[in-house]
Amino acid sequence: MSEDLNNLLEQASRLVNEAADVAALDAVRVAYLGKKGELTAQLKSLGRLPAEERPAAGQAINKAKSQVQEWIEARMSTLADAAISSRLQSETVDVTLPGRGRVAGGLHPVTLTMNRIDTMFGKLGFDVAQGPEVEDDFHNFEALNIPEEHPARAMHDTFYFDDGRLLRTHTSPVQIRVMENQEPPLRVIAPGRVYRCDSDLTHTPMFHQVEGLLVDVDVSFSVLKGTLEEFLKLFFEDDNLKTRFRPSYFPFTEPSMEVDISCVMCAGEGCRVCSHTGWLEVLGCGMVHPELFRHTGVDGEKYTGYAFGMGVERLAMLRYGVNDLRLFFDNDLRFLQQFT
Amino acid sequence: MEISENWLREWVDPPVDSDTLISQLTMAGLEVEGWRRAAPVLDGVVVGAVVTVEKHPDADKLNVCQVDDGNEQVAVVCGAKNVRAGLKVAFARVGAELPGIRIKKAKLRGVESFGMICSASELQLAETSDGILELPADAPAGTSIVDYLSLDDRIIEIDLTPNRGDCLSIAGVAREVSAINRVPLVRDEVSTVPDSISQSFSVSLEASEHCPRYVGRVIRGIDPQALTPLWMQEKLRRCGLRPISPVVDITNYVMMELGQPMHGFDFDKLSGGICVRLAEPGEKLALLDQSEVECFADTLLIADHKGAVALAGIMGGLDSSVQADTRNIFLEAAHFSAIKLAGKARRFGMHTDASHRFERGVDAQLPPIAIQRASELLIEIAGGEAGPLIDSVDDSRMPVSPQVTLRFAQVKRLLGIDVERDEISSILQRLNMQVSENDDGWQVVPPSYRFDINIEADLIEEIGRLIGYNNIPGTREASHVRMDSFSERRIGVNQIRDIMVEQGYYEAITYSFVSPELQEILDPGQATLPLANPISTDMSVMRTRLLPGLLQALRHNLNRQQPRVRLFETGLCFVPADDGLQQTPHIAGVITGSRLPEGLYSQAAGQVDFFDIKGDLEAILRSSDLAAFGFQPSHDLVLHPGQSADVSLNGKAIGFVGGLHPSVLKKLGINQPVFVFEIELSPIRDKSLPKFSEMSRFPSIRRDIALLVDAELPVQRLLDQIYSIKNQILQEVFVFDVYTGKEVRNNRKSVALGLILQDFSRTLVDEDVENLVTKILAQLEEHCNAVLRES
Repeated sequence: MSEDLNNLLEQASRLVNEAADVAALDAVRVAYLGKKGELTAQLKSLGRLPAEERPAAGQAINKAKSQVQEWIEARMSTLADAAISSRLQSETVDVTLPGRGRVAGGLHPVTLTMNRIDTMFGKLGFDVAQGPEVEDDFHNFEALNIPEEHPARAMHDTFYFDDGRLLRTHTSPVQIRVMENQEPPLRVIAPGRVYRCDSDLTHTPMFHQVEGLLVDVDVSFSVLKGTLEEFLKLFFEDDNLKTRFRPSYFPFTEPSMEVDISCVMCAGEGCRVCSHTGWLEVLGCGMVHPELFRHTGVDGEKYTGYAFGMGVERLAMLRYGVNDLRLFFDNDLRFLQQFT
Repeated sequence: MEISENWLREWVDPPVDSDTLISQLTMAGLEVEGWRRAAPVLDGVVVGAVVTVEKHPDADKLNVCQVDDGNEQVAVVCGAKNVRAGLKVAFARVGAELPGIRIKKAKLRGVESFGMICSASELQLAETSDGILELPADAPAGTSIVDYLSLDDRIIEIDLTPNRGDCLSIAGVAREVSAINRVPLVRDEVSTVPDSISQSFSVSLEASEHCPRYVGRVIRGIDPQALTPLWMQEKLRRCGLRPISPVVDITNYVMMELGQPMHGFDFDKLSGGICVRLAEPGEKLALLDQSEVECFADTLLIADHKGAVALAGIMGGLDSSVQADTRNIFLEAAHFSAIKLAGKARRFGMHTDASHRFERGVDAQLPPIAIQRASELLIEIAGGEAGPLIDSVDDSRMPVSPQVTLRFAQVKRLLGIDVERDEISSILQRLNMQVSENDDGWQVVPPSYRFDINIEADLIEEIGRLIGYNNIPGTREASHVRMDSFSERRIGVNQIRDIMVEQGYYEAITYSFVSPELQEILDPGQATLPLANPISTDMSVMRTRLLPGLLQALRHNLNRQQPRVRLFETGLCFVPADDGLQQTPHIAGVITGSRLPEGLYSQAAGQVDFFDIKGDLEAILRSSDLAAFGFQPSHDLVLHPGQSADVSLNGKAIGFVGGLHPSVLKKLGINQPVFVFEIELSPIRDKSLPKFSEMSRFPSIRRDIALLVDAELPVQRLLDQIYSIKNQILQEVFVFDVYTGKEVRNNRKSVALGLILQDFSRTLVDEDVENLVTKILAQLEEHCNAVLRES
C-alpha cells in the first residue's frame, strides 16, 4: 500500500516536471487529484482497509495529495514565468529606432533675434509698436528733421512709388507715429522690415531694424548709455563685452552716437569681421531731437527722450556666426533648420 | 575723405602717437575707417645725382650712367628716356628692398650695373609713370628717399557725417585735433599776396540767394611750362587727388588744405565779366569731364557775357578750362548756399569734391583767404602777377551765425552728469565759439564754419563729445515701470507662429516686392502697387499675397533636393483700394511632399493632401474660435476647384485654403501637388475669454448613426441641421467615417456620425436616446435627403 503510494508519488513528480505547458500540467492534476484521479481513488479505497489502519493510511494519502498539489503549483508558477518572459522576448523592439510623430519646424533667425530684443526691452516695460511699411515722406523724413535735399536723404537710397509715397527706409517713422498718438511717458520698441534701394554682397534691398523710444521726465544720455550697455551684454550673453559710444550724426537725435562692441569673433584682438579694428558697430542712438517734439506736440521743456535703432540681420549674423547676409532671404531649409 | 597725417601735423602737432591720434578722431565723431602707409618700406633708396650719361655700347635704348649716391659713384644701366646728367633721382642701391624687387648687382648686355634708378610707380608713389622720378635740383644726394619725401606717413581715411562739412579739409581736422588735445594750431594765418597789376574783372551776383559771395582774381603771365612740385603732388596723392597741372593742382590743394572748393578759368576765354545767375530753360553747358548737361530752371550757373562757363559749385565748363598753353588765369572762390545747392549735382547724376563740400556748407568767410593762398602758391610755382582781389558780397544774403542760449541746467538734464561751469566755457572756447556768460548759462555764437550748431542741444552735444561719451558713466533709469495691460482676448502673432512651428513649418521671410509675372500667376487680375525705382523687374511690384514669395522659396528648395517643404510667413500685403492703400498683415503656409520627414514612418504616412493643410490652418484657428470660421468651396482661380475652400468669419471672406491648380503648378514649373493657405492675420487674433460651464455628474451615452446622402452634399450641412435641433441632451456630434464605393451606389455616400448624449439632472434612458435619434433622422431626411443606412 505505502509502496503503491510511493510509486504514485514518484510517477506524479516525474509527470509534473515533464509537463511542458499549463494544459499538460492540468492533465497531470486531473490524473492524480481529480475526481477520478489516482490519489482520489486511493482515498476511496480506504474503506477496504481494516479500521485500525485507516487513520494512518488516510493521513499518508492526504499528505501525498498536498505534496502533489504543491508540486503542481510550483510547476505552474515556473511555467507562467516562462510564458511571460517568452512573450516579452517576442515583443522586444529596437530602441535605437527613431520615435514616431511630427517633427517641429523652426522660426526664422531674424524673428528669433527680434523676439529676443523685444523680450529684453519688454522686461523694461517697452511695448511693441508697429507702423506701415509704405510710408509717406512726412513720417519717414520730414518729421524726422530730414528735409528735402538733406544730404542724409542721399544716404537712404529710398524706394519710391509714383504718388510720392515710399517704402520706409528705417523704423524711425514709428517714433513719430507713437509721439503723435500717445501722451508721454512713452516707452516703445518697434521691430520691422525696412527697405533700401541697394543690393550687393553686404546689402539686401529689404532688411529688419528694431527701433526703441523712451520719452519721460528724466531721461538723459547717461541713462541711454546704461540701458544699451546692459542690453548688449545680455544680448550677447557676455559680461565682459566692451562697448564704446562714438559721436555720430542722425538728424532726428541730438546728441547722436554710434555704439561699437568689442568684436565677438576675436574678443577685440582684430580679425576680418571687425576689419582688424577690434570693434563692431552695432547700433545708432541719441537723445530725441527737439524738432521731433515740435512736430508731434510733445513738451520738450518737460520731457526728454532717447531713441535707438539697430539692424537685426547684423546682430543675428554676429550671434549665430552667419557669414552671408543674403542667406536670410533665400529661405533654404538647410539654412532654416540650423536655428531650431 | 583721405588725409595725410604728416600734412595734418604741419597744422597741429599734439604729443600723441599715430594710433592715439586716429583713436582720438574716431572718438570725437570723425570716424576713421582705416589707415595705410603712404609708401611701402623703401630701405636703401636714396637721393642720387646723375653725374654722367653715356650710350650703352650694345643697346640703343639703354644708357650707362654714373650715379653719385652720396657715398660713392657707381655705374648704373638705365633705360629711361628722361635720364640726363645733372638730374637728381631716386636711386636704389644694391641690396635695397622695393615692393617685389630686391636690387642686386646685375650685368645688362655685358655692362655691370650697381643699382637702379626708380620711377614713381616702382616706388608705389603713382599708379603709372613715364620715365624715372625727377627730384628737385636741390635734393641732397645720399638722403634716404623716405626722409626726403617724408614717406613715413599714414594716409588716414575719415568717414565724415553730413553735419561736419567743416572737417572736409586739413585745417578742419586740425581744428578738432587742437580742441581735443588743447594744443594751438601751428599754422593758421595765410599770407596775403598784394596786387601788382591792375587787371580786374566785373562780377555781378544776380542770384545772391544762391550765391551771396563771389571772390575772384586775375593772375597774368604764368609759365605754362611750370610743373607741380613733387611735395605738392605727394600731398595731393595722399589725399586721394591725382596731380594734373599746376593750376588745377593748386586749386585742389587749397580745397584740401582750407576746405574751399575753387576753380581756375583761362582768363582769355572769358568775355566781359562774371555773372552768377540761374540757367535759362534748356541752357546747355559742356563740362570739364567732356559731358554735356541741360540745365534746369533752378540750376545756378557761373556765366560770362556770352554764356555759361561753369556749373556753380559742381564743375567747371570745358571751353573756359585751363589748357597747356594758358598764361592768364582767373581764380574763383565763391560761397554757395548749402540749402540751395543741395541735391543739384545728384540731379545731373554727378558728385564732385566741390558739390560734396558745398552741400554740407563751406565757411562764407573763407573765399578771400583761399584766393590769397592760391595766388601765393600759383605765383610761387608758375610765376605771374596778381590783380586786385575782387570780392562781391551781398551782405543781406550772407549766412548769419546764430546766437544760441545754453542753460547750465540743461547740460545735466541731457547728458546726465554734472559738468563744471568752467569746463563748459573751456570746451566752447576751444571750439572757437564766442561765449558770454550769464546767470543761467551762456550766450554762444558758433564760428562761421559750424553750420551744425543752431540749438541748445547742438552745444550740449559738443560738450559731451569733447568730454568723451566714454567718460560719461551709464546709469540705470529711475524706474517708472508700470504694470502693463495685455489682453487675454487677443492672440499674439508669436503664439500663432509657434503653432505653425509645432506643426513642422519653418518660417520664411521673403521680399515684400515680387516679380509682376509671378504676382499675376498667384493673384490674377489683382491691381498692384508698382515701385517707381525697383532694383530689378523681379522685385518691382508690392505683393498682394504672401504666396508668390513663399512659392518661390518652395521652388528654391525643391530645386535643391528637398522634396518635402513646409514653409510659412507672416507679413504685410499691399492692396490698392479706392480709399487708398490697404497694408494688411497676412499669414500663409505652403506644403508639399510627404506627410512626415523621410524616414521609418514616412512611407506609411503618405503624401500631404487637402486635409493636412486644412488641419494646420484649423490648428491656428482653434486658438481663436474654430467654430466661428466657415469653409465653403472656393472659386479662386489659383486653387484646385475640387480641393479648395474660402475661409470666412461672420460671413466675411478672410482667406483661402486648398491645393494649387495644376495649371498654376505648371506655370511655376513645379511637378508635385502643393497645398497652401493664406489668411488675414488680424481677424484670427481675437478670442473670447474662457467661460466656465458646469460638468454633468451623470454618465454620457454614445450613439452612432450611418447615413446615406447624396455624394455632393457637404457633411457640414448634416452637422448644421443636427445642431439646429438644439436639444439640451445633445452634447457633441462628430464625423467618424465617410465612405463611397462598391456598397454605396447611385451617386450616394455613407456618412457615419457619432452622437454624445448626456443630461445634467439624471441618467439617460433608452427612450430619451431613441426620441432624439428619431427626431434627428426625420430632420435630416427632410432637409438633406438622408436615410439611415441598413447594415
